[in-house]
Amino acid sequence: MAALMVDTGVTPPAEREREKRERFGWWRRLPPKAKVGALLLGFFVLIAIIGPTLAPYDPSYQNPNPSLSLNAPSAAHLLGTTQNGQDVLSQLLTGVRMTLELALFVGVVATVIAVIVGISAGFLGGMWDEVLSLLSNVFLVLPALPLLVVLLGYLPQKGETATILVLAFLGWPWGARVIRAQTLALRNRDFVAASRETGERGWHIIMFEIMPNEISLIAASFVGVVLYAIGASVALAFIGLADLNTWSLGTMLYWAQSDQALTLGAWWWFVPPGLLVALIGTGLVLLNFGIDELGNPRLRSGSGTIKVGGRWWGQTDPTPVLGHSQRRPSRVAAFLHSFSREALTERPTEVAGPLP
Amino acid sequence: MTTTAATGTELSGSKASTLGANGGGDEPILDISDFSVVYRTDRGDVRAVDGVNLALHAGEVVGLAGESGSGKSTLAYGSCRLLRPPALITGGSVVYRGRRFPSGVEVLDKRPEELNVLRWREISIVFQSAMNALNPVLSVGDQILDVVEAHMKLSKDEAVERVASLLDFVSIPRDRMKSYPFELSGGMRQRVMIAMALATEPEIVIMDEPTTALDVVVQRDILAQIVELKERLSFAVLFITHDLSLLLELADRVAVMYAGKLVEIASSEEIHHEPAHPYTKGLLNSFPSLRGPRRELAGIPGTPPDLRNLPPGCSFLPRCPYGTTACQDIDMSLAKVATSADPDHVTACPFVLPGTPVPPRGTRSNGAPDGLQPEAISAQ
Amino acid sequence: MRFIVRRLAFYAVAAWVALTINFFIPRLMPGNAVEDIMSKFPSLQPSAYKALEAMLGVGHPGSLWHQYVNYLYDVIHFNFGTDVTEYPAKVSALLAQTVPWTITLVGTATIIAFVIGTGLGILAGWRSGGWLDRVLPGLTFLQAVPYFFLALILIELLALRAKIFPLGQGYAGGDIPGWNWQFISSAVYHSLLPAFTLIITNVAGWMLTMRNVMITTTGEDYVLAAQAKGLPHKRVVLGYAARNAILPQLSGFANALGFVVSGAIVMEIVFSYPGVGLLLVNAVTSNDYPLMQAIFLVITFAVLFANLIVDVVYVLIDPRARARSA
Repeated sequence: MAALMVDTGVTPPAEREREKRERFGWWRRLPPKAKVGALLLGFFVLIAIIGPTLAPYDPSYQNPNPSLSLNAPSAAHLLGTTQNGQDVLSQLLTGVRMTLELALFVGVVATVIAVIVGISAGFLGGMWDEVLSLLSNVFLVLPALPLLVVLLGYLPQKGETATILVLAFLGWPWGARVIRAQTLALRNRDFVAASRETGERGWHIIMFEIMPNEISLIAASFVGVVLYAIGASVALAFIGLADLNTWSLGTMLYWAQSDQALTLGAWWWFVPPGLLVALIGTGLVLLNFGIDELGNPRLRSGSGTIKVGGRWWGQTDPTPVLGHSQRRPSRVAAFLHSFSREALTERPTEVAGPLP
Repeated sequence: MTTTAATGTELSGSKASTLGANGGGDEPILDISDFSVVYRTDRGDVRAVDGVNLALHAGEVVGLAGESGSGKSTLAYGSCRLLRPPALITGGSVVYRGRRFPSGVEVLDKRPEELNVLRWREISIVFQSAMNALNPVLSVGDQILDVVEAHMKLSKDEAVERVASLLDFVSIPRDRMKSYPFELSGGMRQRVMIAMALATEPEIVIMDEPTTALDVVVQRDILAQIVELKERLSFAVLFITHDLSLLLELADRVAVMYAGKLVEIASSEEIHHEPAHPYTKGLLNSFPSLRGPRRELAGIPGTPPDLRNLPPGCSFLPRCPYGTTACQDIDMSLAKVATSADPDHVTACPFVLPGTPVPPRGTRSNGAPDGLQPEAISAQ
Repeated sequence: MRFIVRRLAFYAVAAWVALTINFFIPRLMPGNAVEDIMSKFPSLQPSAYKALEAMLGVGHPGSLWHQYVNYLYDVIHFNFGTDVTEYPAKVSALLAQTVPWTITLVGTATIIAFVIGTGLGILAGWRSGGWLDRVLPGLTFLQAVPYFFLALILIELLALRAKIFPLGQGYAGGDIPGWNWQFISSAVYHSLLPAFTLIITNVAGWMLTMRNVMITTTGEDYVLAAQAKGLPHKRVVLGYAARNAILPQLSGFANALGFVVSGAIVMEIVFSYPGVGLLLVNAVTSNDYPLMQAIFLVITFAVLFANLIVDVVYVLIDPRARARSA
């Protein structure tokens, strides 16, 4: 139909509708986990961007009025106040940005390192591979938090840049290992060998043959590092190893804990930041599982199953048969059935007895 | 009727004497009628097997030939209900009538526990890739032992002795019983598979392309071994392969599948020299023979059809050199070939006979003049 | 066997890297650490000053190489120097007091969490697509909750309000440490809630990964072959599917050991549990460098050792690893 149309540069409405549907079809085909994860994260990224402007009060402002200290949520302070009369909601809105910003930077730095190391090790092979692999394995096996604690412990100021660098320093090995494995597998594939034969240079092969096939792996690795960065930075802040003058979800928890928020019953101070960390983390984990499922559709819940005759049949069940009742007939029913006319003409089916 | 498990450690040819008890040919031991399997995907049902009728008799070797995707594996595994989701059996019946079940058992009705009695003990399978079908963390001896212990009541020592004698059968040294699959060569692994398949002296052995993954020399070896074992233990074989040439030597009867349907069944002699269906003819033309005059290899042009959207009438029409518009109206049911020496020779093509010459290239398809006499083929 | 030897060599390299990092960190940090320490702890003797200088590489204590060799020598002889906060207690004495607490609690809780999680994962893969899949989103959330958050809430609910468990500490204040029933029962009682929180937060992760591995493994041809062989369902799932699925799961366990330690540190802070983690954090906040370094080394070596044990177990289970020499 489209071929018959003269190209006037104007697409008729029907065509436009179809194009729109096609463009967004990819979204519908994503596994549900990825969608939920992406939406959750999108929400928090939005908050990170506009949060501080939305905040009704300056988060650091300590209201000297003693009656406003540790107030439960009210109209004026939607999430209550802290020990020092600070508005919890404002802190929350500002804190999300700080936490996400830090985690995303760590993610970018660590993933870049991981990609460089992983692809180099996988592609170059030989001595390079041995050395780089050894390096990543060593850093993988060293326990992260103690090392982070010691590194940050020695630093006089525990600023954002320092934290980012320190976290990224320990966050790249896992992704590097995974990317290296994939690069090794791809390097031996036929299409790469073909590229080589036609004289493509190494760079070209890496950029155009290998990397496009590793996008989902790199994405999953990035998400994993961000997850780790959030967990680690919040834990470090909770211990007190962060810049306590800035507002992040972790520092909020530190202050809440050191001012005994929970014991004093001020749940509105302690619970929201922790809950948000959990939600962001959940979004990331779901996104990661979703990306996994994109690559391996079998992992989707219900993908290895089919519903027949009212029950679900899985990989370990025999192939279901349409129309045959799969339920165990009750003895009573069988007994009554034996009196019917059909029972006379039925072909007897034998149920096997014990084996000799 | 002797039961073979009583003298569990001997693998005797005791079944040969009882062959007559089953008639050796009247009642089929596996009767597949009107069998259909679909794969249910969100883009529609893929009709992998459509209304297939096939009967296997005791002691006979039936070859199942066809391209990849023709449905031969689906047919074989489906009849044991070993297909995984999203496979669904949509119709038909599969009746097993072995010596232990003389009145017949409807496989499609059985519950999982009941199926476990039938599986392997009565119908066993030799898989295509032994490396994939063997558990990598168990020794091969343990895996055969699993089967023996699951289906036979033997003491531990007797079971182990049986496993050892099975390995003897397939010419594998006994001390290899403790070896792991990765420690054996490809040929040895395949022979372990065969030994395992025969461990409980089944009535039927399904062989799913057992030699495809092996090199030619080993292939010969394995096939010779299979023939020898079959003579000794007399079981029926359903031999699946895409290589028709193998079947011509090995099988008693050959069934050819295309796009989920059977297109021809005949004795291997007839298939070899007097094939009726155009697809079979095409398959035979696809490999050269060692002896005989050189001829041009024709092959079969085109690709197999999309099983979700089959064309009306004959599925083979798009690739058939004899095809005409009349082919769009037939229903691909099997009809006897009157001119054949084999009385059970059936074909799905009502227009083409064994001797019919191929029309010259370029004259086929819509509206081309028929050089064919549909009346020459007598229907059932 | 050769596999184990190669792994040992690897862990030796990793240990050496850890030692070297430990050696260089104080020397690379800005500021004069020694001055800071001396001003904070006026009770220190001048000899401590010299020792600190030597440890931190400040002043002119000899060539870098010389210092390095001395340092390695000290470590091998478990001489971690004298502590700063509890001067003149020896660091190694402090470590000896706290390490057993951490190992028993964290070690047991981790193993329990792994066993339960893996077991549940096997169940989830038993008949795939079952009820467990519906629980997945909830489990994912549970896995993402920061450990201390959950722990503090549980303390609030179960210890403060319901008074079922004690508030924290390793044992009741009045008890005397020793092999007496009073002490041991008190210690066990105090470990219940921390262990419980550790197990809850970790189980979900193990279950999710095991489920995924089981699904992939159940799809393999040899499991189909096992079903075709008419083997009982239990044998197929345990002997064929789970037996293979446990291998990558075990590898994952080895990789996660480092994070187990992280969880331990946070746990000890929240519960004021007298273990190595609490000691480390206290050392950091009071800039007690000798202690900090020593704890880092001890924790690292413990993790490496645990990794080695997992490697040995892996080799025992996987015949291919036993044969692998390259």
